[in-house]
Amino acid sequence: MVVYALYSVAALLALAPIAILLGASARATVAVYGLSLVVTLILVIIALLSLFGYTTASSSVTLPLGLPWLGAHFRIDAVAAFFLVVVNLGGAAASLFALGYGRHEHSPQRVLPFYPVYLAAMNLVLMADDAFSFLVSWEFMSLTSWALVIAHHQLRENLRAGYIYLLMASFGTLALLLSFGLLAGPDGNYAFDAIRASHPSTGLAALVLILTIVGAGSKAGLVPLHAWLPLAHPAAPSHVSALMSGVMTKVAVYGFVRIVFDLLGTPAWWWSIVVLAVGGITAVMGVLYALMQRDLKRVLAYSTIENIGIIFAALGLALAFKAYGMPLAAALALTSGLFHVFNHSLFKSLLFFGAGAVLNATGTRDMEKLGGLIHRMPHTSFVFLVGCVAISALPPLNGFVSEWLTFQAILLSPQLPSWGLKLMVPAVGALLALSAALAAACFVRAFGFTFLGRARSTVASGAKETDGFSLAAMYFLAAACLIAGIVPGLFIDALAPVVQSLVGGRMPVQTGVEWMSIVPIAESRSSYNGLLLMAFMIISGMIAAFAIHRLASDKLRRGPAWGCGYPDPSQATQYTADSFAQPIRRVFGTVVFRAREIGDMPPPGSTAPARLTVELRDLIWDTLYAPIALGVAFAAERLNHLQFLTIRSYLSLVFAALVFLLLVLAIWP
Amino acid sequence: MRGIAFDVAHMLAGSLVLVSFIQLYQDRLMALINVFAAHALVLAASVAWQAFVQDAPHLYLTAVIALVFKAIVIPAALHRIIVKLGIHREIETVVGVGPTMLLGIGLVALSMVVMLRVTADADPLAREDLAFALSVILLGLLMMVTRRNAVSQVIGFMSLENGLVLAATGAKGMPLVVEISVAFSVLIAFIVIGIFLFRIRERFDTVDMQALDRFRGERR
Repeated sequence: MVVYALYSVAALLALAPIAILLGASARATVAVYGLSLVVTLILVIIALLSLFGYTTASSSVTLPLGLPWLGAHFRIDAVAAFFLVVVNLGGAAASLFALGYGRHEHSPQRVLPFYPVYLAAMNLVLMADDAFSFLVSWEFMSLTSWALVIAHHQLRENLRAGYIYLLMASFGTLALLLSFGLLAGPDGNYAFDAIRASHPSTGLAALVLILTIVGAGSKAGLVPLHAWLPLAHPAAPSHVSALMSGVMTKVAVYGFVRIVFDLLGTPAWWWSIVVLAVGGITAVMGVLYALMQRDLKRVLAYSTIENIGIIFAALGLALAFKAYGMPLAAALALTSGLFHVFNHSLFKSLLFFGAGAVLNATGTRDMEKLGGLIHRMPHTSFVFLVGCVAISALPPLNGFVSEWLTFQAILLSPQLPSWGLKLMVPAVGALLALSAALAAACFVRAFGFTFLGRARSTVASGAKETDGFSLAAMYFLAAACLIAGIVPGLFIDALAPVVQSLVGGRMPVQTGVEWMSIVPIAESRSSYNGLLLMAFMIISGMIAAFAIHRLASDKLRRGPAWGCGYPDPSQATQYTADSFAQPIRRVFGTVVFRAREIGDMPPPGSTAPARLTVELRDLIWDTLYAPIALGVAFAAERLNHLQFLTIRSYLSLVFAALVFLLLVLAIWP
Repeated sequence: MRGIAFDVAHMLAGSLVLVSFIQLYQDRLMALINVFAAHALVLAASVAWQAFVQDAPHLYLTAVIALVFKAIVIPAALHRIIVKLGIHREIETVVGVGPTMLLGIGLVALSMVVMLRVTADADPLAREDLAFALSVILLGLLMMVTRRNAVSQVIGFMSLENGLVLAATGAKGMPLVVEISVAFSVLIAFIVIGIFLFRIRERFDTVDMQALDRFRGERR
């Protein structure tokens, strides 16, 4: 199977030269995205076949590439197969969307060659079975996505985003490189099999864990390593944003899962504390940032950070249960995390597609300039609404199921023997609950101010519905969200082999449960039935609608023109996104963002407008990144004269360095 | 056979180090080039002996390359260059002879200590050879650092490369391709540097590197 997958990846790689040859023509767009769609669908099928074990063909292959004594190992096991499904489903949806969306791209030759390579690189990361191939693919993924981020390089902010992204990506890869180096040990056993067989000492394993959290976490967007994400993800073309947010962060989660759950052996109990804390803080910070943004795509990017936090909290919980030898509970926590990985890839791609459609139709991402799009883009608004409901974790869609499972796992925490964890896990649960509520507010805001109300600008009032391909992709994802919400049992069972291989246990079989309910632990404890809930919601909604129509007065009423100012002809009198966020800004923002509201009231008699200015400060940037940047600038200033030495001085430097190293070698015990 | 093979190889490699030392204190360019020719000659002999001992006929080719290019072609070309440039009588010193020789002795000692420690369980022939080769490399580097004339820096570079060849032939099983490519890369480097010498000369009327430094406005 892995051979066919590699052929497909090779096909994706081969698309790049084709894209270069075809240049900026319209055919290039159709060819690249059409073929990417076909290949990613093939890869989805391959991954599904591997996941369900319908194949007995060898799933491991070694190519004579890379390090000569190592070769490039590729393998598809259950974990890789699951993530391959996520990546390629997202890739297929993005390709389908781009068939329509890509036609509006003004410089397609900057996007097309990198797009299939980016997909290929993500696939290779998942299939890699040795550290060298993994890191090369990982870096390849970073670089191609960087090229896509700066595709629209005319905007200065995009270049800045690309620069910061490149720095953070290199930093993350460095951390992963060190972590693999520690795992491989002094003999350099870079194959994953060899790493699995070796048992690192406790201190070493802890170091590897920290390095992995830094390395994979910086790619996934864990606070405080998230700084690049809200800059880079929105800067890319929207289908690529969807891939970066919906899919690439999942590849980062895969990296974490692969190293910490698979390669590193038995976890120590305190590892989970680190992961849980980071996850909980990330979830809350991500959604708070999201609430403060006016840029629609940036809201989505920050919400990705929040969801990554939820996933990491679930993973941390799984680590805790695994460390104490509770495979059933660990399986529940891990399933919820992985299920959320899948779900988030669906609805985040959907939302980014929606944002892309809006951007295409109006030319702006600023929510304060949008509004009323539900009348002009009814289909887009409907699917965007589905995405919002799903990401806000409302039943009967998929987001609810995975978050509900996470909370079920959190409710098992009293069984943990460690008091630290017993106290900590509910606290993290509270953070997650807070972030879930805030996320709902965030997406009420995102949907409400983009699609409802009246148009706030002429671009919004002149918007047109997006094209068929884009709508097809979005409807497909919306349908997937619904299906995963109604019959989650199927997905939980599909995850069983993955979970089994990582924590040595699995959740109870769900497909046999009556009425397609899911029962995570025991019938007596809790169960959820998406179908029933949806039926109830539809029926009660219809009854309510019917009752309102019947019982409420259906007499036509005409209101006076002084009804609270709402019928004011100016659109600027509408409720705005900033005013919606004000209560939350006042409660949380004063601490987290040092938010200050400055009211500027003109003196009586003056006709100047009153102004209310809001000042937000990114404390993480100010306290963590700005000093580093200053330090680097200082060091660069100091070392600058090294650039202007004479040839002999350079030679002497090299010579001195060589002699010094030889001396070290000679004196070393 | 075993004993004499080792002894001769040892002697030839040792002579290479000795010639490197002789190079170090040549302050006239003409003499320096002659010593470099001798250096290449010793290298050729050493490689040929290795070819005989290891029964590796392709090493004879390396020896011939060393002999033809390094002992004959390059020194002859350098002779012509310095005569053309009119610097064959020039005397140049940056660091005095005494300190340079002391440094050189220190470097040889260092390379012995390092190599003998690192290759504790290797073949004794290769082991001694590698130690000598490292000494030659370090002495070549030392020469590049302590001279300020471009021609003598070129010679330092090429004697460094001789050390590399010595190391490569001392270890068994080095493929011929590597040696040929190394030889050619040196040749090309030599050509490039030769062209540069003339360009520098055209511009600054000298091949003294200090003139370049002065031109760049460096404070001395």
